[in-house]
Amino acid sequence: MRSYDVIIVGGGPAGLAAAIAAKKEGVDNILMIERDDRLGGILNQCIHNGFGLHTFKEELTGPEYAQRFIDQAAELNVEYKLNTIVVDISKDKVVTTMNRNEGMVQYQAKAVVLAMGCRERPRGALNIPGYRPAGIYSAGTAQRLVNMEGYMPGKKCVILGSGDIGLIMARRMTFEGADVQVVAEVMPYSGGLKRNIVQCLDDFDIPLKLSHTVIDIEGKDRLTGVTIAEVGPDRKPIPGTEEHYDCDTLLLSVGLIPENELSKQAEVEMSRITNGPLVDESLETNVEGIFACGNVLHVHDLVDYVSEEATAAGKNAAKYVKDRYGAEAGKAGKVIEIKAVDGARYTVPTTIHLDNMEDKLTVRFRVGAVFKNSYIGVYFNDERKQHRKRPVMAPGEMEQIILKKKDLEAFEGLETITVKIEAE
Amino acid sequence: MEKRNLTCIRCPLGCQITVTLENGEVKDVTGNTCPRGDQYARKEVTNPTRVVTSIVKVEGGVLPVLSVKTKDDVPKGKIFDVLDEIKPVVVKAPIHIGDVIVADVAGTGVDIVASKEIAAV
Repeated sequence: MRSYDVIIVGGGPAGLAAAIAAKKEGVDNILMIERDDRLGGILNQCIHNGFGLHTFKEELTGPEYAQRFIDQAAELNVEYKLNTIVVDISKDKVVTTMNRNEGMVQYQAKAVVLAMGCRERPRGALNIPGYRPAGIYSAGTAQRLVNMEGYMPGKKCVILGSGDIGLIMARRMTFEGADVQVVAEVMPYSGGLKRNIVQCLDDFDIPLKLSHTVIDIEGKDRLTGVTIAEVGPDRKPIPGTEEHYDCDTLLLSVGLIPENELSKQAEVEMSRITNGPLVDESLETNVEGIFACGNVLHVHDLVDYVSEEATAAGKNAAKYVKDRYGAEAGKAGKVIEIKAVDGARYTVPTTIHLDNMEDKLTVRFRVGAVFKNSYIGVYFNDERKQHRKRPVMAPGEMEQIILKKKDLEAFEGLETITVKIEAE
Repeated sequence: MEKRNLTCIRCPLGCQITVTLENGEVKDVTGNTCPRGDQYARKEVTNPTRVVTSIVKVEGGVLPVLSVKTKDDVPKGKIFDVLDEIKPVVVKAPIHIGDVIVADVAGTGVDIVASKEIAAV
């Protein structure tokens, strides 16, 4: 069996940044595996601009952002396989792959970086009553059809869900001549970025109906219309508020699910909130030598943060190969737990091995509702150590705190760090 | 006197800003929390601009369509003129990022450039 020091599963923004970082850390024998026919992942179909403001200080389109990383990977001679799917990862880090030319091939890795990304929540997960006609697409599928394959999914369109892809597709469909009638969002707030609401909906007078959902789908072969109704605080439709829309296309932008089947096969422990692996300060899972980053770990709002996180994961995987691989003892020393309560839904990471921590650690999290003029509180055991005012926090935008190693070391008896949202 | 309501996009706060105009001149900006909101609102009511991104058809490439963008902002009112002008365009692969696809699109003085690498088949 051929062996590699690090195998990176996925050649999207996370996989690319992880591979580059592992190489730069001095580990040469690495392999990145991508199932599509090109590197770059979902960025290839995100042709709108706004990527890279944090990383490159300019606004790039998705394909341009991806190309910067693809070029770097090429310069560093990162070995990769396209059109190749990983069908299994074992706990011992045997990676089983398949493609048309080589059939089934297994590789032994010393370390694995999980960078498989996420997929869209489908109609089946929503329990919308009605027929099952053609014309219902997830927003990302429609995006791929329009932007990469050159097909238009339809002419008269309703969008359910105000996630960023749905908002972006409202504008794209409008640009391609479709009539986008309405975007319905079941929650009382949008799940997308503000700039997308303004530049994709307001610019083209497309109404956003908050606290509304689709309650009926009509049409036997092709979609002919949908019924939208207002929902109450219990998210149940309010009788008498039904409105009918004639349409041939319904796009769903109703959430993303990290794609973790492979992680589970490798016996990686999962978070029930993020649906991604539980990781420590190195972005390492409970399975020694298996790391995770990007949308497979938790769904991100900006790709810049994916690149940053994946860079850390790639570097840590390389360090593991150099320093810890084959050593008897695992990570030594004290373990500190990070908890999210009172409005903070989760944190990544959830544990810190203090001895292994770098000088600074970024802890990312999301809030569970819209908070205005509130504070992010960080507690060491029961003592508040950070208190930062935020004018507004929303579930659609990721938040972060920075922990400093010297602060953690100085706090005697530190067992738990708690992140919470406070009114004052 | 004309009043225009805007949502500021300079940060996640999303201030609801009201701009008062008289004969096309900004008289007053209210509702913003910071100077960036004031700046955004003034530009947005007097000279709103956008980067336009879309696709054009490709001949002989590994993909049938190429993603393109306006190299700089164009006036918001010109978005559909830009789209109309690039609609019939067909380009031949290979194409590289930054290649000029349409020069001075819709009389804006801004070029349409390729935003993707497409190899020839």
